[in-house]
Amino acid sequence: MSQGHVTIDGEEVSFEPGQTLMEAATAAGIYIPRLCHHPEFVPHGSCKLCTVDVNGRHVAACTTPATDRQRVQNNTPELNDLRRSLIQMLFVEGNHICPACEKSGNCQLQALGYRLTMLSPHYNHLFPRREVDASHPDVLLDRNRCIFCELCVRASRDVDGKHVFGLSGRGIHTQLIVNAASGKLRDTDLAVTDKAVTVCPVGAILKKRQGFAVPIGRRLYDRQPIGMADARSGQKNKERDHG
Amino acid sequence: MAESGKPRLATCSLAGCFGCHMSLLDIDERLFDLVEQVVFDRTPLTDIKHCGSSEIGLVEGGVCNAENVHVLKEFRKHCRILVAVGACAITGGVPAIRNSFDLRECFDEVYHYGVGLKNGMIPNDPELPLPFDKVHPIYEVVKVDYFLPGCPPPADAFWVFLTDILAGREPALPYSLVHYD
Repeated sequence: MSQGHVTIDGEEVSFEPGQTLMEAATAAGIYIPRLCHHPEFVPHGSCKLCTVDVNGRHVAACTTPATDRQRVQNNTPELNDLRRSLIQMLFVEGNHICPACEKSGNCQLQALGYRLTMLSPHYNHLFPRREVDASHPDVLLDRNRCIFCELCVRASRDVDGKHVFGLSGRGIHTQLIVNAASGKLRDTDLAVTDKAVTVCPVGAILKKRQGFAVPIGRRLYDRQPIGMADARSGQKNKERDHG
Repeated sequence: MAESGKPRLATCSLAGCFGCHMSLLDIDERLFDLVEQVVFDRTPLTDIKHCGSSEIGLVEGGVCNAENVHVLKEFRKHCRILVAVGACAITGGVPAIRNSFDLRECFDEVYHYGVGLKNGMIPNDPELPLPFDKVHPIYEVVKVDYFLPGCPPPADAFWVFLTDILAGREPALPYSLVHYD
């Protein structure tokens, strides 16, 4: 039963009791950019891509409950400029070399760069040193591409019941760690069928021997921007799982 | 038509693979239209060694050594519009994968431990450009006016970009022509 209405970019959207702005928007077929949000998991509110303007204040749409008569600005040049800056910072804080990445074409970070017309990373690259862990027989962990969305952490904990992944350290020293004394993925109980393997929005966690299965030109975001599927059909997150 | 009246176009490849130049050539018969509109200054096509005063400078590749900086600064000085072309010029690209290693490690791998190598030595001729410990995108060294992403940018992206610039329009690439790979 509908509890009330908000307006998103002037469009009236109804919401159910307990829904966040992200959930209400998605149900109405309105796309709000996001990286750390996934409808199957508890909102994280960390990537800030979903920042919207509610009655003059900036809030994360994925963690903000919808309440009656909120006036929400989402797809505005000002907010998209801020979102583009966030994407640019994510690019320079990791090592995202798209031409050498299997996830290219299916990567949500890259797709948001396209959607927000990011033509360069703008900031000076940090070129951090991050470890690649290829020890697992079926799964590759490339920390160069990790954006610390914690989706794998949540998936492993909440769905797989395994607690394989975690974040360690703070700020620029944050890194994705795995739950094994050796620190190696092969010594965890991660299985290739785990939700944690398919939920990664970037190319940090990849199934081995799957790369380049879909030819260039027919990958997820080759033809249409991320979020277009939601916007056109109102379907919920067509692109949420694409291992 | 007097060539002096046409804008000059300069191109170069720094730490790149010339793939972007190949993609530029992939505009195929539109090259005839292009040479009607511009005169090529320094490019690998003309073999002119130094960049003269030009309207547009297309720079492929990132900055990996002292010579790259020298050439890049020459381009910045002489080109009114400087364009970073391709993933390497814009992000460092594939050459920047070596940023995860010490330069010495890279040299050892190439000149000492490579398959089939025996008694290798690291080249140390003073004429060789000084390599940098990291590969950088060109905008970290000079001001860049436009970015043409892709690895390489599609031929159509070159064409749309150049025709827009030459017509005095702000370049606007459609979604299908913007990619990072």
